[in-house]
Amino acid sequence: VSERVVIDPVTRIEGHLRIEVIADGEEITEAWSETTQFKGIEMVMQNRDPRDAWAFAQRICGVCTVVHAIASIRAVEDALEYPIPKAADLIRNLVLGSQMVQDHVIHFYHLHALDFVNVANVPNADVDAAVAAAVALEPNYALNSTARLQAVKDQVVRVLESGQLSIFTNGYWDHPDYRLSAEVDLIAVSHYLDALAWQRDVIRINTIFGGKNPHPNFLVGGMASAINMNNEMTINQVKLNQVQALVTRTLDFVENVYLPDVIAILGAYADYLDIGRSNPSYMALGKGGYNCAGYPEPPDGFRPGVMLDGRLEVIDLDLDKIEEFATSGWYRYSGGDVGLQPWVGETVPDYTGPTPPFDWLADNERYTWSKAPRYDGRAVQVGPMPRVLSAYVQGDAETRDDLDPILRQLGAEPEQLNSTAGRILARAVEAVEMARQLQRWFEELATGIRAGDVQTFNPDKWEKASWPASSKGVGFAEVARGTLSHWVRITDGAISNYQAVVPSTWNGCGRASGERGPYEEALVPHPLVRPEQPLEPLRTIHSFDPCQSCGIHVLDVTGAEVAWATVQ
Amino acid sequence: VIIPDSDLWLVGDETLGEHLDRRGVSRRGFLTFCAGVAGVLAAGPLAAGRAVAAPTAAQIADSLSGMTKPVLVWLQLQECTGCMESVLRSGDTTVEELILNLVSMDYNELLMAAAGEAADEALAAANEQDHILVVNGSIPLADGGAHCTIAGRSAESILRESAEKATAIFAVGACAHWGCVQASRPNPTEAVGVDAIIRDKPVINIAGCPPVPEVITASLVYTLANGAPPPVDGQGRPLFAYGDRIHDFCPKRGRFDAGQFVRTFDDDAARSGYCLYEVGCRGPNTYAPCPIIRWNLSQDWPIGAGHPCIGCTEVGFYDRFTPFYEVLPTLSVPGTGVEADATTVGLVGLAAVGVGVAAHAGVTALQERRATRAAEKVYLPLVGDLPTRERPLDSDSPPPATEKPTKEGDQ
Repeated sequence: VSERVVIDPVTRIEGHLRIEVIADGEEITEAWSETTQFKGIEMVMQNRDPRDAWAFAQRICGVCTVVHAIASIRAVEDALEYPIPKAADLIRNLVLGSQMVQDHVIHFYHLHALDFVNVANVPNADVDAAVAAAVALEPNYALNSTARLQAVKDQVVRVLESGQLSIFTNGYWDHPDYRLSAEVDLIAVSHYLDALAWQRDVIRINTIFGGKNPHPNFLVGGMASAINMNNEMTINQVKLNQVQALVTRTLDFVENVYLPDVIAILGAYADYLDIGRSNPSYMALGKGGYNCAGYPEPPDGFRPGVMLDGRLEVIDLDLDKIEEFATSGWYRYSGGDVGLQPWVGETVPDYTGPTPPFDWLADNERYTWSKAPRYDGRAVQVGPMPRVLSAYVQGDAETRDDLDPILRQLGAEPEQLNSTAGRILARAVEAVEMARQLQRWFEELATGIRAGDVQTFNPDKWEKASWPASSKGVGFAEVARGTLSHWVRITDGAISNYQAVVPSTWNGCGRASGERGPYEEALVPHPLVRPEQPLEPLRTIHSFDPCQSCGIHVLDVTGAEVAWATVQ
Repeated sequence: VIIPDSDLWLVGDETLGEHLDRRGVSRRGFLTFCAGVAGVLAAGPLAAGRAVAAPTAAQIADSLSGMTKPVLVWLQLQECTGCMESVLRSGDTTVEELILNLVSMDYNELLMAAAGEAADEALAAANEQDHILVVNGSIPLADGGAHCTIAGRSAESILRESAEKATAIFAVGACAHWGCVQASRPNPTEAVGVDAIIRDKPVINIAGCPPVPEVITASLVYTLANGAPPPVDGQGRPLFAYGDRIHDFCPKRGRFDAGQFVRTFDDDAARSGYCLYEVGCRGPNTYAPCPIIRWNLSQDWPIGAGHPCIGCTEVGFYDRFTPFYEVLPTLSVPGTGVEADATTVGLVGLAAVGVGVAAHAGVTALQERRATRAAEKVYLPLVGDLPTRERPLDSDSPPPATEKPTKEGDQ
């Protein structure tokens, strides 16, 4: 007997996401991904000063709170042909990269782990056995101690015995598919708490250069944090020492705790290497953290491109093949149900769904605030998994060195990264590589400063008088959740068009061109043992790291024309 | 990391059992509720395949009857999750201390384990009790609320349901305060803040995009410790955090008074740590504790890292403070070292550009600020126009008890 199941709210994500599925027996047979929030920030950005654009675009999302600002200043700088100093470039990379590692860790422990880790099982843990297991797993981590694990167990027991379960209220703790031993559950909950403290600490790389996080400050033309080794208020040796210490602690946790935890937990859920498989087409413009103004030309020989239809070979990116459909989204195109390239896109919100409250949306052809991007007519996945897979396929030595032993340990093939477990694993591997990259960027910055390379801002194109009457540009970034691009047109010193094409639209979109979006595809078919406790589909949806506030911004304002030829 | 055994609570000495009794909830009804919880607690041992006795519904009922932690409902409406991320950054009190020891956060979409129906039921159960309500995010009114729905319901209806039995309401962040970026011109989704919807109860506005992490947690802890929310200014912002301007305690204030200004980013003045006023700093018009508390475990703050303040704790800053890098048109008395005069001069200057009424009201209020701040409407002069959309009223709602300035009122 088939049954309709609604998951709304999908919790432990950014933004508002609703999943509707048809379940038959213990299996999902059809699924719909529905973004239920729209903010219209691109409309608000019309006619604003393009130097202010980052501060508007940044508020698209407060989780990936750096990435929209960076893509925005890159787009404006591309439009104004505005070069920035080397030190500013490195500082931006440090801010973006450090936030990305922090974001991956928060995603795993605080937004995803409770799909695999049973908090209610923690009281059954033998602390001594847990310490032994933790030390064996992660010998270099100081907080795998008896005192710490006992304190965490006591804390959990206190909360459970109080009967007031706080964030654990109504969790699926009696679900039969929680598999970890009580000891591993305890270790994971302990690291959940450790990670909260860790992320508060290491995010301060953002604070040193951007003044705060969430929503650090950026600057078209460079960065505002001046460098002067002989001043108390500027970037000086004290602050450089702090950054170095923070980079060290960043790498320490992801290498010694996060990645080993992921491997250990996935070991108990290895069947998820074959569950959650989605559209076998992928896009990646560079390794994680890569960002640029204009057409992507990543360093280290990474070839920006797509892999299509399950063939693991990289095809050069052709941005003319990106189209957006409003087939399933609440938007109206003047030409009907066609695919439009982003630079000739249209966005007229056109809500045709039921007036809230409603029970079911999927009977309607249109059921989401997300448009549906397609590459050469195909739904493609973006994110850490496509990036790591592409690097692996391209023979990137670091990725092969990192990934091969883990794949052997799990008994998995590279193509199995296209799965729930694969996405989780790729994210953790990427976090380690990103943290190593932070160290390299930092050393490059420090070396440059010693050589006198202290310029952080280029004043040449700051004044509007130096700008052309009309210009347009694009900024790209490979951010925590995938490929991001911002597109801007500037006319007479003001924004005349703005659009953001973002990762969670690629992954979380609805149907178009006769194909489900990646969240949807990953759920069909999919196990669902207890419809009232949709634990299994949550595992798969969370593996994409949904960020739905971003996902609604695949749009432009009416009748945009951003000719690609000018930015290539 | 974990500080155990905090004994703060909102409801004083009354336990949940006494409370329910007073409110006429029967023991039988309570046991029915607890049976659901018993199922939850039975879970762990079951999943581990161990024979550990799970507590019965009656045992849980006894435990819950002694409940001493206030229930917290933390909504996220039309927003970006930056405010929850800010809470995750709070040093003292930390988020883990807050949700594991000080309160029972029975509903929050970012952190809670349950999803879908189970989450919605947790919300309904919490809404049935006395609870503290925190709201992130604005309420979009266009298209019947279709621009933000949760569990098929509009943000407005979710807010109204949760506000009904709330003992204290905190609108955390600029979206909940006044609508923030999505409410800026032309406000495509007709977004409004919490106090445009909830009119029959005071709303504490924790201003900022996002607010300083410790201000959010301290506002809650203050309320738990004192049994009432902190005193506020005319916009509902707690005085302990929004009583003074950035400018009043800025470490670069000496540079301002001495007329030592950055003219261009990364010039010699910037490399000397001089004042950012002339590259657009909104600190002179912004009430916020950033220079005192600073950000991210007191590491630094925006002006400290070389970027001007964009004034994110002030209503309408995306319209009234932009373009961000243009100098404030008013405080043009560099080098005099007499800031009190600078404020007055600035207000007079603004009067000349057409917002005189609000400006003069501001002067009067400013002079008596410390004595009367909580009762006065204080709106400092800002750049540009006020937001075009002001607190739409439902036809059946009473007029608001307090008015934010309208465009007409300023002319």
